[in-house]
Amino acid sequence: MPEKKEIKGVIERISGSLVVAGGMEGASMQDVVHIGELGLVGEILEVNGDKASIQVYEETSGLMPGEPVVSMGEPLSVELGPGIIEQFYDGIQRPLELIEKAAKSHYISRGISVPAIDRSKKWNFNPKVKVGDDVIAGDILGVVQETVVVEHRIMVPYGVKGKVSKIEKGDHTVEDVIAVIDDNGTKYEVKMLQRWPVRKPRPVARRLPPNVPMTTGQRVVDAFFPVALGGTACVPGPFGSGKTVIQHQFAKWAQAQIVVYVGCGERGNEMTDVLLEFPELDDPQTGQPLMKRTTLIANTSNMPVAAREASVYTAITLAEYYRDMGYSVALMADSTSRWAEALREMSGRLEEMPGEEGYPAYLGTRLASFYERAGRCIVNGKEGREGSITVIGAVSPPGGDLSEPVTQNTLRVTKVFWGLDANLAYQRHFPAINWLNSYSLYTERLDPYWDEKFDDQWTSLRVEAMSLLEQEAQLNEVVRLVGIDALSRDERMVMETAKSLREDFLHQNAFHEIDTYASMDKQFKMLKTIVNFHHAGLDALHKNAPMNKLFNLPVREQIARMRYLEEKDIGQIDKLEDTIKEQINGIVPVGGDSNAA
Amino acid sequence: MLPREYRTISSISGPLMMVEKTSDVRFDELVEITLGNGEKRRGRVLEIEKDRALVQVFEGTSGIENEDTKVRFVGKVLTLPVSKDMLGRVFNGRGEPIDGGAPLIAEQNLDINGMPMNPFSRDFPSEFIQTGISTIDGLNPMVRGQKLPIFSASGLPHNRMAAQIARQATVISGHEDFAVVFAAMGITFEEASFFMEDFRRTGALQRTVLYINLADDPAIERISTPRIALTAAEYLAFECNMHVVVILTDLTNYCEALREISAARKEVPGRRGYPGYLYTDLATMYERAGRLKGKSGSITQIPILTMPEDDKTHPIPDLTGYITEGQIILSRSLHRQGIYPPVDVMPSLSRLKDKGIGKDKTREDHADLMNQLFAAYARGKEAKELAVILGEGALSDEDKAFAKFSSVFEDKYIRQGEYENRTIHETLQLGWDLLTMIPVKELKRIRDAYIEKYLKPLLNKGDA
Repeated sequence: MPEKKEIKGVIERISGSLVVAGGMEGASMQDVVHIGELGLVGEILEVNGDKASIQVYEETSGLMPGEPVVSMGEPLSVELGPGIIEQFYDGIQRPLELIEKAAKSHYISRGISVPAIDRSKKWNFNPKVKVGDDVIAGDILGVVQETVVVEHRIMVPYGVKGKVSKIEKGDHTVEDVIAVIDDNGTKYEVKMLQRWPVRKPRPVARRLPPNVPMTTGQRVVDAFFPVALGGTACVPGPFGSGKTVIQHQFAKWAQAQIVVYVGCGERGNEMTDVLLEFPELDDPQTGQPLMKRTTLIANTSNMPVAAREASVYTAITLAEYYRDMGYSVALMADSTSRWAEALREMSGRLEEMPGEEGYPAYLGTRLASFYERAGRCIVNGKEGREGSITVIGAVSPPGGDLSEPVTQNTLRVTKVFWGLDANLAYQRHFPAINWLNSYSLYTERLDPYWDEKFDDQWTSLRVEAMSLLEQEAQLNEVVRLVGIDALSRDERMVMETAKSLREDFLHQNAFHEIDTYASMDKQFKMLKTIVNFHHAGLDALHKNAPMNKLFNLPVREQIARMRYLEEKDIGQIDKLEDTIKEQINGIVPVGGDSNAA
Repeated sequence: MLPREYRTISSISGPLMMVEKTSDVRFDELVEITLGNGEKRRGRVLEIEKDRALVQVFEGTSGIENEDTKVRFVGKVLTLPVSKDMLGRVFNGRGEPIDGGAPLIAEQNLDINGMPMNPFSRDFPSEFIQTGISTIDGLNPMVRGQKLPIFSASGLPHNRMAAQIARQATVISGHEDFAVVFAAMGITFEEASFFMEDFRRTGALQRTVLYINLADDPAIERISTPRIALTAAEYLAFECNMHVVVILTDLTNYCEALREISAARKEVPGRRGYPGYLYTDLATMYERAGRLKGKSGSITQIPILTMPEDDKTHPIPDLTGYITEGQIILSRSLHRQGIYPPVDVMPSLSRLKDKGIGKDKTREDHADLMNQLFAAYARGKEAKELAVILGEGALSDEDKAFAKFSSVFEDKYIRQGEYENRTIHETLQLGWDLLTMIPVKELKRIRDAYIEKYLKPLLNKGDA
């Protein structure tokens, strides 16, 4: 490792969150600096001769030209080790709880330095290797139980290999040496606490194709626009279309072992909501509170804008660390537009040539390199563990206009697009994901997975349901022009079924205790029942059954209430098949045949 | 520290001036400017480069010249003297009394920029506020600590509505210390006197603090007016444990002033010439609403803005909507039909509604009833549109029921008197009464148990 060098300069110019310091010869790009007597944290953005332009992660008011600037000769890094889960960090990984204690105030004051990971807490370290074992980077040296559900695996740091010459079982703090690795005479001491620069992706052994689904319990997503483990998805939508609720739903119900949630330039109350709600909610997979597998990063809109820029990198680096342990990690970023705005603001202060709508020209590459850090892969280490990071980014396009640069650049790199629709939101159809313009490039890749599980029925069901919704949209045009009576009986049936799909399947109430989550089994059964009714109904219409009676059969109310069945009772849905048959037979006139339509 | 006084103004442009050969100037500090004729003005440092400081003058730069004008750097940021005696007083946009009363004896001097609340220290808003307006209480319930703006447009009665909320707002759990902080930015004398008159007449003035920046006051002063008001609100809420409702009107004028400064600084503009940091700037104000752990007070914000050309995608309403917890949108078409308050129910939203309603807060059936009313009104409006094209005859019986429902809903539920204060139970009952017009089978958003409990008795009464 290169020697850390300290470089001292002085402030020359201050403009908002940008500070230019002189006398900074030898400082490198992206190094962390401490600014002024208060010791505010910043990062070097630009070096020009002996001048360095610095973005400051804290409020700069009160700074004065001539105050000192000290570079530590190290890039912005996060601390990695047990104690990350259940934490609530700000954008540069300072625990907000400790900030409150250090500041003795409900407000965030400046120049507070608190450790990201508790130095005094003792963890029970259980070795998985013994003295004399050969290890390479990424191998698991041992584990500690971080929370009830998360086993924290201590790995050999990147760039280290050799023979284990010492390993310490028992209670240790994160700064204790727990193992010594001997690489032909060079001894390397391993601690539980490790560091990693946030802007540098952590390496992996091999990347895998995204062909395993990540279920979310949200019917419109899982059934029609699924996301794969290691996939990337974006949720653009105007305000009030339910972006944040959807992100919360994913954080709650997504089938991931670890959840990293970053609130980037969003509302303070929303983060508080997550913080208060997650410890209370039970994870359907483990039965333990969701907080036991979650870490939160909050840089609310009123917190300094530069730290907002850093927060998504902090988040993805933490996600990569857990991926390297072999976990599936879901990262929710709400909202990447605020991050892009932070880029724009810094770019403006640096007086760079603006690109589209004032955003810097490198917006696209920055977004792409962020999303590329997602993926399913075999991580480093002899064992060949599999880990994944699934990134779901919310985008807040101004005025709901999807042609703006952030949305467009995001669409270029993400594979799933859940288009939120303000009109659906007005009708209180939630989640307000528009089924006609959303897409998922994983659908075809994931179909075989579900076909295997559901006796080869899945793909045909999904395709038929989607085509009914598509037909409805076209028929609606006709209805708008000439009225519903102009439709044929078959078309009326299509309209009825599509309505049932919309109201009884796609619509899902996030605040209803049962409806909020639906397992794939339940989703399959529900979809099958609705499509079954469609087939039986068409058949009955051909046999001259009266349309009004058919549409008002009592079983339809049961179909509408399927969503409120608890997971343990979903067997009842299967029985509906017989009920449908029975009731439809009851209205088909005796002797009616298919020629009578 | 030596008083640092300079006569070295090198350039003046718009609200900004450049002061040369300065030393030890701090970023963001307060500046006092004395003109040749003895007039005093104030400003703040916007940018420093070695020995030059860029100063923004709050009262505007007219009359400032570079010979006799003296500039003094005060060495601290702009502060506001606060005390509980502010209640009942009227101040100008800079926080100086203009009601002819005695100057305020300060308990504390607070930085008007405040500091960001630690999200960890926030307490989640969950107490229902009853405003007495059905479209808010029943459909978009507001809770203490929320920021819920009113998106209006020129010619709509947003001022009357804001005054009604300020007058009627209360919590159902009982009476507690309640205060209103009112900040006017660039509104006309007529509008300002409407509020003052209304507060005085209804006795609300003694629990109100007013900050008035009128349309003919310097535009730049508007940048500090809302911050001053929020600083006063923070003091009342978190030092004096009061529940404070802050009404800010009109945010559009504030943003115009911000754009003016940005243009004068020759910054790269974002959408429609507004600066790229408009979102962050608005957020530093809106996010000052909320509740804090261990404090009984709260700040609820009702910012009012007029949408240019009724356009919701204009940067000001758009960015506001992304920060605030919902929005109440006023509708010109309802206003034309003579319906007050003309709340456009469909696009209006309170994001915190689910936290403030339900059992023990309002009533168990509130959420389901609310969703059903929304859905039914939406369907009714759709049916009406259809009827316009195809004639009434083309509607199914159900659609006819919904269409009729939506008309009655507008007339009975949305419409109410300016001095009509409906309790939440009256509002809920009204909702159920209206739902009797719709076939029970269509009430899909309501749990069976509530239909049994609340709707069936009404239907049976009708049958009997």
